[in-house]
Amino acid sequence: MKSEIKSTEQKVAFFDKPKNVTWMMRIFYAICVLLVVADFIVHRHIYVSFEEIPTFYALYGFVACVVLVVIAKEMRKLVMRDENYYDERDDELELDVPRVDVEHHEHAPQPGDDATTKESH
Amino acid sequence: MSYAIPAFLPFFLAALFAAVTPLKYRYALVLVPLVNGVLLFLNADQLAPISIQLHTFTLQIMDVGAQVSEQEAKLSLLFAYLFHLACFICLIYSLHVKDRIQIVAGLLYAGSAIGAVFAGDFITLFIFWELLAVTSAFLVFARRTKAAKAAGIRYLIIQILSGVLLLIGAISYFQQTGSTDIGYIGLGSTASWFFLIAFGIKAAFPFMHSWLSDAYPEATPTGTVFLSAFTTKVAIYMLARTFPGEDLLVYIGAAMTCFPIFYAVIENDLRKVLAYSLINQLGFMVCGIGIGTALALNGTVAHAFNDVIFKGLLFMTMGAVLHRVGHVNGSNLGGLYKTMPKTTLFCIVGAASISAFPLFSGFVSKSMVMAAMIEAGHEYLWLMLLFASAGVFHHAGIKIPFFAFFAHDSGLRPKEAPTNMLVAMGIASFICILIGTYPEVLYQMLPWENDYVPYDLTHTLTQLQLLFFSALAFVWLNKKGLYPPELKSVNLDFEYLYRKVLPSAGLGLANLGNTLKVLITGLAVDAMNALPVMKRGNDANAATLTLRMAIGFVVIAVLAFITQFM
Repeated sequence: MKSEIKSTEQKVAFFDKPKNVTWMMRIFYAICVLLVVADFIVHRHIYVSFEEIPTFYALYGFVACVVLVVIAKEMRKLVMRDENYYDERDDELELDVPRVDVEHHEHAPQPGDDATTKESH
Repeated sequence: MSYAIPAFLPFFLAALFAAVTPLKYRYALVLVPLVNGVLLFLNADQLAPISIQLHTFTLQIMDVGAQVSEQEAKLSLLFAYLFHLACFICLIYSLHVKDRIQIVAGLLYAGSAIGAVFAGDFITLFIFWELLAVTSAFLVFARRTKAAKAAGIRYLIIQILSGVLLLIGAISYFQQTGSTDIGYIGLGSTASWFFLIAFGIKAAFPFMHSWLSDAYPEATPTGTVFLSAFTTKVAIYMLARTFPGEDLLVYIGAAMTCFPIFYAVIENDLRKVLAYSLINQLGFMVCGIGIGTALALNGTVAHAFNDVIFKGLLFMTMGAVLHRVGHVNGSNLGGLYKTMPKTTLFCIVGAASISAFPLFSGFVSKSMVMAAMIEAGHEYLWLMLLFASAGVFHHAGIKIPFFAFFAHDSGLRPKEAPTNMLVAMGIASFICILIGTYPEVLYQMLPWENDYVPYDLTHTLTQLQLLFFSALAFVWLNKKGLYPPELKSVNLDFEYLYRKVLPSAGLGLANLGNTLKVLITGLAVDAMNALPVMKRGNDANAATLTLRMAIGFVVIAVLAFITQFM
């Protein structure tokens, strides 16, 4: 049997407050902007020809991750199989973990909100 | 006081002790790596070599002291300290485990790794190499699920294969050179290729890597932490001793940094994500060995040291989740920070370390390999490593903590991890931050001359730009809904070849054989029936025989005739 904790008994957690998340994201964007600005102020040492491109590392980091994710997503079409493709996993039990029923309402966009949509209750 | 016992011996004795005494004494075992490690450290200058005479062969089980070059002595010692430290943390982490098999296997496994780094010849190495394989397999079996047992068997077969190749290599090396002493080999002879493949299997070279991503996620929560520390690092140690400066390794390493991160992005089992990112980190080390300069080799060793700690830390946090929830599937986790705040914090420290954030341990070691790459003139391979660095942050730095502890609330409210786990994670986190903020601790132990300065303005700024914009990409992809959702699934990797293709090819061959057998039997029966049978009452048998004899004679006569003209 799953033990239940009523969600009303709990105080609202830090990341469940949309205001907190919004502020964190604002700080994050501000740091990103500062890092780009710093690139034009600070004199970087250049070791490789690629580095001469302004804000090379920022651009490369962003593009690399987008390319990574896009290719990985395409790869799923080729390599993804059902969870029990190799092994029957019927002998692996989920433990009896306390749960709360969570209502998912639209709040401030938190990265990954759309990412996990499946729930096993 | 001098230290004059084989360094692995206390571990094997402790395993024996754990095997026979009541389980309540297991707490005392934590002292073994601690005391042994401290004694080894204090007596590092005056270690005595130990060897065993076996008939005409000498096993050099403690290859230390005056006859070993300074670098090699420092190299073995550094790895030995690392393994003591890792074993100490692992034992604390598994104090709550009441499973005797895991405790004994863990101690034997750590002891074998320490034996391997002090081995002076390839035969001694072979013994410890196979012990590593056999003892560690029990950490997988101990999970006691069907999937774990099957994965354990596959793991064992591949690991033993690596040992057999090592033995073949050692024998043919002995034939060529008349010696089995471990030292620089370099590619060329047949023996060297056997060595390279034997080490390559354990170092998870591309196409030989799938044992790692297959078995590590199936082991017990504590078993995986043990596993992540020893096998692959022993392989890295051996590569650093036998193949430094081998150009081929640079390309192999660069491939190893890149291909696993694609799998890591779409993998659902978070411990499997970590297994892929372990291969990625090994790639940096293999690159460093391939470059072979003092800076590169120092970087490799330093990164191996840091990787054991931060990868162990990440595996520990996921082990804690597994221990409390029963699975680590990203699709069914999320929001755990509410009830596991300390584990979350430790996970973030581990994530920051592996992503090489300034002030965390990865920053001071990964950059050494990157800098050496530029010095060696591999500009495009350097771009690959930079791509991999961004990718590491993406899947290990963000994905692991985010999908387990934040993301969307799964409603799960597990208890915080047991105290012993928290203590172990705390120690590992402390080491990550200590090395990150005060790298001299690690740098002074490095085998080669080292004047690398990690914290300069350029390096700090560029690394921060790389990381923050990788994070920005994550945020942007999520907002656009482009980020691949965590799905319950498995992804086909190289293991597909021996888990599906080979078995079905084998079955196919067996079926083909059966069909052929039926066909040939049928033809033979038909041929027999085709022979004329005379049925004339009682003389039938005699008549049939006569006729067959006649046919037989004709056949023989024809054959004799043909042979005359051949």
